Amino acid sequence: MEAIPKMSVTQKAHPAQRGEATPEATRLRLYQLQVEIRYCEKRAYDLFLQNLVKGTSHLALGQEAVAAGFAAAMNKDDYSFCTYRGHHHTLARGVPMLSVLGELMGRQCGLMKGKGGSMHLTSVEHGVMGSYAIVGAHLPIAAGAAWSAQYRGTKQVACAFFGDGATNIGAFHEALNLAAVWKLPVLFVCENNMYMEYTPISSVTAVKHPAADRAASYGLERQVIDGNDADVVYSAARDAFVKARSGGGPSLIECLTYRHSGHSRADPAKYRPKEELEEWLKRDPVTLYRTRLLAMGIPEAKLAQIESEAMAKLDRATEAAKASPTPAVESAMTDVWADGGNAWRN
Amino acid sequence: MAQLSYRDAVAAGIAQEMRRDERVVLFGEDTAAAGGVFKTTVGLLEEFGPRRVKDTPISELAILGAAMGAAMTGLRPVAEIMFSDFLACCWDYVANEIAKTRYMSDGQITIPLVIRTANGAGSRFGAQHSQSVENWAMAVPGLKVVAPSTPADAKGLLAAAIRDPDPVVFFEHKSLLANKGEVPEGEHVELLGKAKVLRTGADATLIALAAMVPRALKAAEALAAEHGISATVIDVRSLVPLDAQTLLAESARTGRVFTVEENPRLCGWGAEIASVIQEEIFGALKGPIVRITTPHVPLPAADQLEDAVVPTVARIVAEVRRGLDSRRAA
Repeated sequence: MEAIPKMSVTQKAHPAQRGEATPEATRLRLYQLQVEIRYCEKRAYDLFLQNLVKGTSHLALGQEAVAAGFAAAMNKDDYSFCTYRGHHHTLARGVPMLSVLGELMGRQCGLMKGKGGSMHLTSVEHGVMGSYAIVGAHLPIAAGAAWSAQYRGTKQVACAFFGDGATNIGAFHEALNLAAVWKLPVLFVCENNMYMEYTPISSVTAVKHPAADRAASYGLERQVIDGNDADVVYSAARDAFVKARSGGGPSLIECLTYRHSGHSRADPAKYRPKEELEEWLKRDPVTLYRTRLLAMGIPEAKLAQIESEAMAKLDRATEAAKASPTPAVESAMTDVWADGGNAWRN
Repeated sequence: MAQLSYRDAVAAGIAQEMRRDERVVLFGEDTAAAGGVFKTTVGLLEEFGPRRVKDTPISELAILGAAMGAAMTGLRPVAEIMFSDFLACCWDYVANEIAKTRYMSDGQITIPLVIRTANGAGSRFGAQHSQSVENWAMAVPGLKVVAPSTPADAKGLLAAAIRDPDPVVFFEHKSLLANKGEVPEGEHVELLGKAKVLRTGADATLIALAAMVPRALKAAEALAAEHGISATVIDVRSLVPLDAQTLLAESARTGRVFTVEENPRLCGWGAEIASVIQEEIFGALKGPIVRITTPHVPLPAADQLEDAVVPTVARIVAEVRRGLDSRRAA
């Protein structure tokens, strides 16, 4: 079993040890994003228990630091490509909680008005170019968006987030190779939460680090980082964005993290050793970051304010989503084609 | 009018659109420097350069994934999948990603791309390089499906596909590539979703696609010359959108309908067309709709075997005669 990530598994010293000082405003932003995601994901679970969230959902509780760290390092016009476990990345780009919860609940106020559901959150105006529910499918798509940015000369960067399970699918390898050959401005970000779904990734993968240990095959740097430390994530993300924007090509970053809940709503995650879960809960990214901010002298009242504002925002969003009507049934027949319709014949 | 081969007309269609629209890019396996394994993209790298005309690795997932990512962010990619059989390698992109993302995103994302692919039998390549799979694509909501039968359409329909705001799967038939025909000079763009009535007759309506179109035409000539049967022949050209009105009107005129399909029997495109016709103009039919198809077998490689299964001119003639005779006998 993979040990809890220590700094020894990463190649670089902690940003603080390197003398990097993340501006306080950025740090507060990183904390706020993590808190908002944490609260919103817990609320999604509550709404599921109340039978208000239908279908399936894949919570990212415990993986908030990855989303916060990368989103905080992005430009507004960069592209995010997410997986079915994508609520956190969607929220981190600034998509309103109401739109996310509304979509999970199948309401008119939802991001896609109920046509996509939890696994397909998309908000083009926020750079969220879709959440993809076929494992690994979005890596080549992100490469294509990066190619388009390169072709158009926009300096945009595409960022694909995926789980450890995606590293064993062909699309992962095809995307990395093409991105390396065409030197595309794309970031491949693996959230290694140690379980592909119910099965430990280590038991089905030929190498120890499912993403990073494949990097050399594509001429890329091997990067394994502590995905539960928002400062570490932010620092690695910022470096990768700078490299991509300056024509340096793709990066592959493996973030070690852990999901606090099961794979999906149907999974109580009984297959995970109790001690392992306890160890990881001790390294809860939200708690870890709060403790660090306090140690740095940020007043507790400031953090409490961020927390209470996040909760108030979430409560308002929840009530508004519950009050939102369900979509008109006619909308099931729209938007197959660019003309808005579905006609296949005259 | 210029005489062009079908393969040169494909290149001409792409070149025409690349000249008028900087967003059009072309890529695939052996597409750029080699000019395509079927020589359908010869000269394009030389004219448009390596920024717009690219060779890819043998990575069908990456080809269609990248095409989709580029299309949703402002380009108009033309992606080549060398043989249509290989669509099975990247079917996730065709069926799950490219076809459905516009709908799932509630119209936020538009995917204007063309997947060009070499389709069909006649080259004795065996079961994994000879299939006609336009019916696979036809079964997926969100895809337009086009299959030209002439050089003029290869250019004009391809230009229309590239300009279309939705994903189009464009089937280029391998056995038609060397055929020559008149192609309008200057800008040539056809309409997607318009069938073409190639000849009219009073006794039977033959509905055909791609390589089956010239065979249906020859069969119609033989039926007229040798058997006194006059047949209408329609080139469907585009399965989605489907020009149902033309098919219905021409079917009602003769009352006897024959589809000529290269697909294996089950769920070939003719089954859907037959269903539409019987549902909407049943009263005008004088006998059952007959589907002339490849039997439900994988395609064999040997020339005698391949010729035995794919509909031939002789078989079309025989099936039409049998169909009309059985009606008379009844």
